[in-house]
Amino acid sequence: MVLSEEAPVGENCMVRNEWICPEYLTSRSDLLTDALVQHVWLTVVSVVIGLVIALPLALLARRYPRLEGAVVGTTTAIYTIPSLALFALLVPVSGLSAGTVVTGLALYSLTILVRYIVEGLHAVPADVVEAAQGMGYGARRLLWTVELPLALPSVMAGLRVAAVSTVALTTVGSIVSYGGLGNLLLEAVNTQFKPQVLTASVLCVLLAFAFDLLIVVSQRLMTPWTRARAV
Amino acid sequence: MDPGKGGVGVLDVLRGVLDWFQDPSNWQGEEGLTNRLVEHLLLTGTATLVAVLLGLPLGIWLGHVGKGGLLAVNISNVGRAVPTFAVLTMLSIGPIGTDELGPYGRAGLATLISLVLFALPPVITNAYVGMREVDRDTVEAARGMGMEAAQLLRRVELPLAMPLIVTGVRLAVVQVWATATIAALVAGPGLGRIITLGFRRQDVSEVVAGALVVAVIALVLEALMALLQRSLDPVGRALRSSGSRVVGGEAPAPEQVTSSSG
Repeated sequence: MVLSEEAPVGENCMVRNEWICPEYLTSRSDLLTDALVQHVWLTVVSVVIGLVIALPLALLARRYPRLEGAVVGTTTAIYTIPSLALFALLVPVSGLSAGTVVTGLALYSLTILVRYIVEGLHAVPADVVEAAQGMGYGARRLLWTVELPLALPSVMAGLRVAAVSTVALTTVGSIVSYGGLGNLLLEAVNTQFKPQVLTASVLCVLLAFAFDLLIVVSQRLMTPWTRARAV
Repeated sequence: MDPGKGGVGVLDVLRGVLDWFQDPSNWQGEEGLTNRLVEHLLLTGTATLVAVLLGLPLGIWLGHVGKGGLLAVNISNVGRAVPTFAVLTMLSIGPIGTDELGPYGRAGLATLISLVLFALPPVITNAYVGMREVDRDTVEAARGMGMEAAQLLRRVELPLAMPLIVTGVRLAVVQVWATATIAALVAGPGLGRIITLGFRRQDVSEVVAGALVVAVIALVLEALMALLQRSLDPVGRALRSSGSRVVGGEAPAPEQVTSSSG
């Protein structure tokens, strides 16, 4: 790509192609909002799908210990595949669609989440489980009212890692035009437009921290016993 | 490739991919598989080496003196939140530029710097955590036996911290391989270029062929590093040779400090 000579046509920082440019934020706010909204929904949908699939997988791995190695091994393998390659491998199946990006990102999320959920369930104290069984809790009630709540801190820790990683990886979805803020980055690679690159990058990092904070706060709200009944 | 529509038969794609690999023209030239593979391997080897040379002494030293825990955790968290693609874009349209760098190809320097940046967090944090988790009683016992600081480090702390140190290097290798793939998005070097070229030509076979090479080698690297890790774990080795079951197995536990793959 040949960089055209910069001509001093206007006086604003967009024409001068400066990294920091308030003018860009105001004049392109629609573009930025659209990219941000796409980034948020791609992230949320992917992580939620990942969680919905990870939970039964983790329960399966716990119920049949022989499966645990296979589940953890497969998820490690998926996590090892670079995102650009994973999206590319999904193209014959789901085409150049948001589905390709969501499928890939959901796979990465679930590989992270399965491990944290398995870990969290393992960490539930055996005497608590026995006490609940002694009180006549069935398997399902035990799971939903005792084991999962006690595994929640580990699950939420996994959600934090999954959400933050997914925000970063969503940018690669720009290869099929569904990359949220990544679309702005890819566009700016060709135009060498610096304010757009810095703005999109900063928004990505801020978005990741926002998701992280949101999960931390909701964890505090969902596990009141960790504060109320400090031992 | 029909944008927006999927549903190409899997067999058709497989046949197309096989044909792609059999066409010698896809292997030759600057844009060919051979050159991209060499670029990718060179980038991965160089960046991992630099990250290990910089990060391992730092992480081991921080762990040895017991300081910088907060730093270690923070850099790994920030490393996870910053998109590889964003860093690559900023470096390549910024001061570093996209000049050819010998065998490393176009935008070679920008790519190398991003690779090192993303390889450092797992190397530093795992070395740090590995050193901190060495059993304090063992360290005290070694001191009581009259070991000097250097002896203690070389004969007790390092061997016991080795599994996590190697985990860090393993994560770095996988991370570097993935990041080098993303370099294609800024028209940089490496195998990712086969994929982006396929997208530009709307050639599904080429896209999938490039992705397969990237993915298969990533898995091979991961497996090789897992083997290396097994052979460097003194405790695990002792347990295995005495016939005991190794607790925990090979899979990294969640506490191990990972960062997102690119």
